[in-house]
Amino acid sequence: MSGMSASRNLFLPRECAPFLDFIHVLRRHGFAVSPDQTEAFLTAITLLGPHGMEHIRRAAVATLAPPIDRMGAFETLFRAVFYGEAQPAALSLPEDEETVVNDRGGEEEQGEVPIEQEQGGAKASALERLSTRDFDQADMDFAAFRRGLPDALPRRHSFRQLRVHSNGAIDLRRSLRDIVRAEGDLAVPRLRRRQEVVRRPLIFIDISGSMSDHTDELLALAHATMQAIPRTEIFTIGTRLSRITAALRTQDKTVALARAADAVDDWNGGTRIGPALMAFLAIPRFAAMARGALVIIASDGLERGGHAEFESAMRRLSQLSHRLSLATPLAGDARFRPETAALAAVLPWLDDLVDGSSARTIARFMLTLDRPAPRASDVWKEKAHALSH
Amino acid sequence: MINNSSATEIFASPETVAEHFAACRYIADEPLATAVFLAIRLGKPLLIEGMPGVGKTEAAKAIAQILGRDLIRLQCYEGVDAQHALYEWNYQRQLLAIRQADKADVDIYDDRFLIERPLLRSLRNPEHTVLLVDEIDRSDHEFEALLLEYLSDFQISIPERGTVSASHPPIVILTSNRTRELAEALRRRCVYHWIAYPDPGREAAIIAARAPGVAEATAAAVARAVSAIRARPLAKPPGISESVEWANAATVLEKGGSPWPEAFRRAIGVLIKDEEDLALMRSELPRILDEALA
Repeated sequence: MSGMSASRNLFLPRECAPFLDFIHVLRRHGFAVSPDQTEAFLTAITLLGPHGMEHIRRAAVATLAPPIDRMGAFETLFRAVFYGEAQPAALSLPEDEETVVNDRGGEEEQGEVPIEQEQGGAKASALERLSTRDFDQADMDFAAFRRGLPDALPRRHSFRQLRVHSNGAIDLRRSLRDIVRAEGDLAVPRLRRRQEVVRRPLIFIDISGSMSDHTDELLALAHATMQAIPRTEIFTIGTRLSRITAALRTQDKTVALARAADAVDDWNGGTRIGPALMAFLAIPRFAAMARGALVIIASDGLERGGHAEFESAMRRLSQLSHRLSLATPLAGDARFRPETAALAAVLPWLDDLVDGSSARTIARFMLTLDRPAPRASDVWKEKAHALSH
Repeated sequence: MINNSSATEIFASPETVAEHFAACRYIADEPLATAVFLAIRLGKPLLIEGMPGVGKTEAAKAIAQILGRDLIRLQCYEGVDAQHALYEWNYQRQLLAIRQADKADVDIYDDRFLIERPLLRSLRNPEHTVLLVDEIDRSDHEFEALLLEYLSDFQISIPERGTVSASHPPIVILTSNRTRELAEALRRRCVYHWIAYPDPGREAAIIAARAPGVAEATAAAVARAVSAIRARPLAKPPGISESVEWANAATVLEKGGSPWPEAFRRAIGVLIKDEEDLALMRSELPRILDEALA
C-alpha cells in the first residue's frame, strides 16, 4: 500500500489509513468518490464487523457505487490495495496513459473578441499555426442549414414553466393570487406551459489521417451547428481528445477555425477512438454533456488495435444520450456494409449509422433528427436482406 | 444513523435480512442482504440496478412486507414532475374556501388544501411506509435533480409553507433498468446494489420458492435451460419472473397430458417474448432442453 499524507489521517484512527488509501487510488483512476461516500464506507465497514476482506469489499461496492461497467477496474484496484496484487497495465495511472485530454479549447470566453484584434498582435501566432492545419474555405456555406437546424432538432420538456396567452394549461397558482388580490372576483385566467428546449448536439470529429479529406468541411459544419445552437459541444478525437467548443463559438468562421487549429495538437495522426471516447466519459463534467444529448460521431470507425474500449464507450454513450449516431464516409459507398469487427461490435448501440462522406450529407441527416427512425441495426439488417434477394 | 428501532431490530445483520427475505419467499444473496442492511443502518436510500425481471421491485415489496409497512410506489416515466411526485395544491378547494370565507381571513395554504404525492406522503409518515421510486431511469434528467434534496436531507421545500422534513430518514428504494446512466449526484446519495442474473442453483431455489406447485426437478431443469438461453445473443434475455412463469406454465401443460420436453417447448412463449429471439431459439431449444433435463 502506498503511504498516505499526514493531513489526510489527522483526525482519523490509524486503522482507517488503508481504506482512505483505497479511496485515493479510486479517485486517481477516475472514480468519483465524495466525502459523504467515504464516511459511509468507513461506517459500513464498522457495521459489518468486519469479519473478513469480503465484508470490506461489499461495504465498498454498496457505498461507493461503482458503475457496473467499471466494476472490473474497481475489483482490480480493490485487490491491488488490499491484497497487494499488481495493477495490470490497462489500469496504469492516468498520467501514464496515452490518451491525453486537451480542454484548452473549452475555456469559456468573456464575450466576443473584436475580429480586428484577432488578426494581429498576440493572436497572429495562432493564425500562423495554420501552416500545420490550413482549412479550405471554398464552398462551405451552411446558411440554410443554420436557419433550419433549430426547428429540425428534437426538443425536450424543461421543468421551467412559461407564461403564455394561449395554448396552455390554467396557471391556478397565479390565477388564484389574482383572485385573492381582487377580493374574490374572477379575473381573466392566467395560462402557462412547460418550456421546450432543443436537445444539445454533441459532435465528435475524427481528425486522424484517414479522415483528413473530410476534416475541413466537418469543422465548418460543426461551426455552423454551433452558430445555430449555442449549447452545442464539439470535440475532436484522434490520438487524444480535444475540446474545441470555445474556439468554434467565435462568429467569424476563419478566426474560429484558426482557433480550433490552435487548440488541437494531433491533426492527421493515428486513430484511438475508443480510448478518446473513454477519456471523455471518465471526466464527469464532460460525461454530463452527453446526458440527453444528440451525439454525432463523424468517423470512419477504423479503430487501431482492439475495439473493446470503442464498444464499451459506445454502449455508455448510448445509455447517456438521447440519440447516438455514427456518420462514416465509408457509408457513401453503395457496397458498404458494417462488417468490420469494430463497426459490427458497436452497431447494436447505434441509433443511426449514416453516410458521412461529406458535410452536406451529415447536414441533411441532422435536419431529420426530430423524425423517429428505426435503429441502425434494423436498417442495416433490412439492407442486407434486400440485397440477398 | 437511522433512528428507527423497529427496522434496525428486524434487520439486525445481513444474515437476518436474508432470513426475513426467505420468509417472504424472496431468495436474497449475501451482497443484496448486505446492501439492504447497510441502507437501513446508514439511513440512506437503496439504489438497485439490474436487467428487467431480476427482482428489483420484488425486493422493495419484500422489505415493506417484512417491516409490515405500506409500500408507496412512484412509477417513473418520461415527463414525471414535481406535481406527480411531491405535492399539489387543491386550487378548486382553495377557491371555494375564499368564496365561503367572504371577508373573513382564511389560510389557503393549510393542510386541507395540500394534496400529498408519494414523496411527501412518505416524508410525513416515515415509520409506516416504504417508498419505492420505480424505474428512475425512465424519468427525465431534471426529475433526478428534483430528487436530490429529498434523497440527501429527506426534506421537501414548499414555497408557501417552508421546508417539510422527515422526523427520521424514511426507507427509500430506487430501481433502475439502466436504460440510461443515472447522475453521479444521485448515485452517491444512495447505497448501491447491482442484481445480476442468478446462477442456476439460486434460480432453482427462487423458482421453488415463488412457484410452490412446481416440482424440484422441474425447477432445476428450468434454471439450467434458462441459464443456457441467456448465454445466447437474444434481444430480450428472459428475467427471473419469466423463468418462474415458464416453470408454472410447463407444469400446467404437463399435468394436462404433454410429456416433459414437449411441455417446455409449447410454453416457450411465456419465456421468450420476441419474434426474432423465438426464431433463433427454435433450432437450439431441443438441445438445450435435452441437456437441462439430463
